[in-house]
Amino acid sequence: MATRVLPGGGVPAAARRRRKKLTFDKVSFMAVFLGLPLVIYLVFVISPFAQAVYYSMTSWGGYNNNMPFIGVANYVKLFQDDIFMISVRNSVILAVFLPVITVILSLVLATLVTIGGSSRGQIKGLRGAGFYRIISFFPYVIPAVVIGLIWGQIYDPSSGLLNGVLTGMGFDGLKSYPWLGDSRTAMIASMVVIVWGFVGFYMILFIAAIKGIPAETYEAARIDGAGRFRTAISITIPLIRDNIQTAYIYMGILALDAFVYMSVLNSTGGPGNSTLVISQKLFSTAFAKGQFGLACAMGVVLAALTLIFAGLVFMVNRLTGGSREVNE
Amino acid sequence: MSLKLSKKPSDTLGHVNRKAQETAGDKVVAGISHTMLALWSLMVLIPLAWTLLSSFKTTSEIFASPFSLPKHWSFANYVSAWNTAGIGNYFLNTVIVVGCALVIVMVLGAMCAYVLARYAFPGSRAVYYLMLAGLTFPIFLAIVPLFFILKNIGLLNTLPGLIIVYVAFALPFTVFFLFAFFKALPSEIAEAAQIDGAGEWRTFFQVMLPMAKPGMASVAIFNFLGLWNQYLIPVAINTDPDKKVLSQGIAAFAGQQGYAVDFGSLFAAAVIVVVPVLVAYILFQRQLQGSVSAGTMK
Repeated sequence: MATRVLPGGGVPAAARRRRKKLTFDKVSFMAVFLGLPLVIYLVFVISPFAQAVYYSMTSWGGYNNNMPFIGVANYVKLFQDDIFMISVRNSVILAVFLPVITVILSLVLATLVTIGGSSRGQIKGLRGAGFYRIISFFPYVIPAVVIGLIWGQIYDPSSGLLNGVLTGMGFDGLKSYPWLGDSRTAMIASMVVIVWGFVGFYMILFIAAIKGIPAETYEAARIDGAGRFRTAISITIPLIRDNIQTAYIYMGILALDAFVYMSVLNSTGGPGNSTLVISQKLFSTAFAKGQFGLACAMGVVLAALTLIFAGLVFMVNRLTGGSREVNE
Repeated sequence: MSLKLSKKPSDTLGHVNRKAQETAGDKVVAGISHTMLALWSLMVLIPLAWTLLSSFKTTSEIFASPFSLPKHWSFANYVSAWNTAGIGNYFLNTVIVVGCALVIVMVLGAMCAYVLARYAFPGSRAVYYLMLAGLTFPIFLAIVPLFFILKNIGLLNTLPGLIIVYVAFALPFTVFFLFAFFKALPSEIAEAAQIDGAGEWRTFFQVMLPMAKPGMASVAIFNFLGLWNQYLIPVAINTDPDKKVLSQGIAAFAGQQGYAVDFGSLFAAAVIVVVPVLVAYILFQRQLQGSVSAGTMK
């Protein structure tokens, strides 16, 4: 390749990896192709992140340029604020339970779809798998706001679908039970909604990953006498470990946010703040109370929790034997 | 990140029909699998079907019973949602904002990914990590400063402001996904184009970009869904009632009236919001499902 030279004019093809003459074409190309996206990205994404960290150390009220630097006072205040700590607890609860439940449920469904077929002959999935895939993915394309609204109606104490079904089945004691209005069930009911919204997406993701495993691997396992359950545990899960880790982290990041679902289902944080999450608290602190410095400190706490979560997942995966050799 | 876009997921498993004797155990397993999957499908479909049913009922019918059929099947709720509740206006705003943002982010994202994937330059690693940061950090960390940045440049509560923020926040995902795609394209073709005298610009727009079409399509669908469903960003930086997008509008519609909510229209509004994305999904579902895995195999 390096010996190929142009017959006159233009740039030699071999120069691609060498230092090139700076032509107008080249300069304008780099300026627009790299510069333009990068400027937008830096101004509207990276710089707000950086500014937030600075604002979190001021007692800025937002509507003037007076930003007294107060160090970590905001953070101290946050950790003494009982309601904020409740929101942290709720967010952590979501981050602990949602990924586990969603990933396990979607793995089970994905496994049923892919290895539910015949145990003789060609390895194949369940009949009608395409139908299940399409249906399961529906919730993922529905806007989160609408999912929240629909489920808010389903949980409605008097005219909701859930209580209608339950009383129809004979549970008369639940006739007008407020699922979202009782602090004992509000959190669990909200989690059901989020799980409902995401299982299909991760199921599709795992199905794609499982189909990426060569059929020979499954055939070998079968010849060695492994049944379906054994195959799923010893072949499928180790081989799609990386996908599971990615899914787990995505879901955790989402659970730590959860703003849309929580604020549509229970806009004020639910009974006794039982469904108040950090993001809701941050939003009201900033845009209702105008305490922008404090809100930024909450943002930093949320970002820190996100990083800790991702770090923990990576670490656990590494320690329990997730290796880099097993790739896809 | 490795891409397997060209390969249909069904190639490795199944779809080769050879007659195989089903054992009794197979039937039991298949039966259990079908039962569980059917249950899940019902879990998904029933709330949606119920929403559709309720969208044709009057509010008093909705309060009377969750199951009853509407007395008259009419589109009155839809008309009321579209006009009175302003869903029509929100719909238009959403189409404008999502349409513009989608086109811009696809062009900018493809350009940026192309440069990162195919040119070695100092700092390319740093750009890559900056993009990763944008994918990891919660938007909530940025939301307060973002509000003031837009305010300072006069774009707060405007559609162009919303568009540019959508572009900025959709950029990292777009770049990551297309980065892998451009990396996988054979470099000989770009070289051939340059030998034929095409400059950098022409090489990109006339040769490389058309080759990246499958990847562009997948990313565009995901971006469309993500932007259409976006809620937090507009709620924070686009509070002008006339400029609301659908997700905001419907949330406000549900919240504002308290107990006097016209529930029939609310359900109709929900259907109006869901139908475009559901149609887009059904049209492109093959493409979408094939590409779900690609984005996560980093």
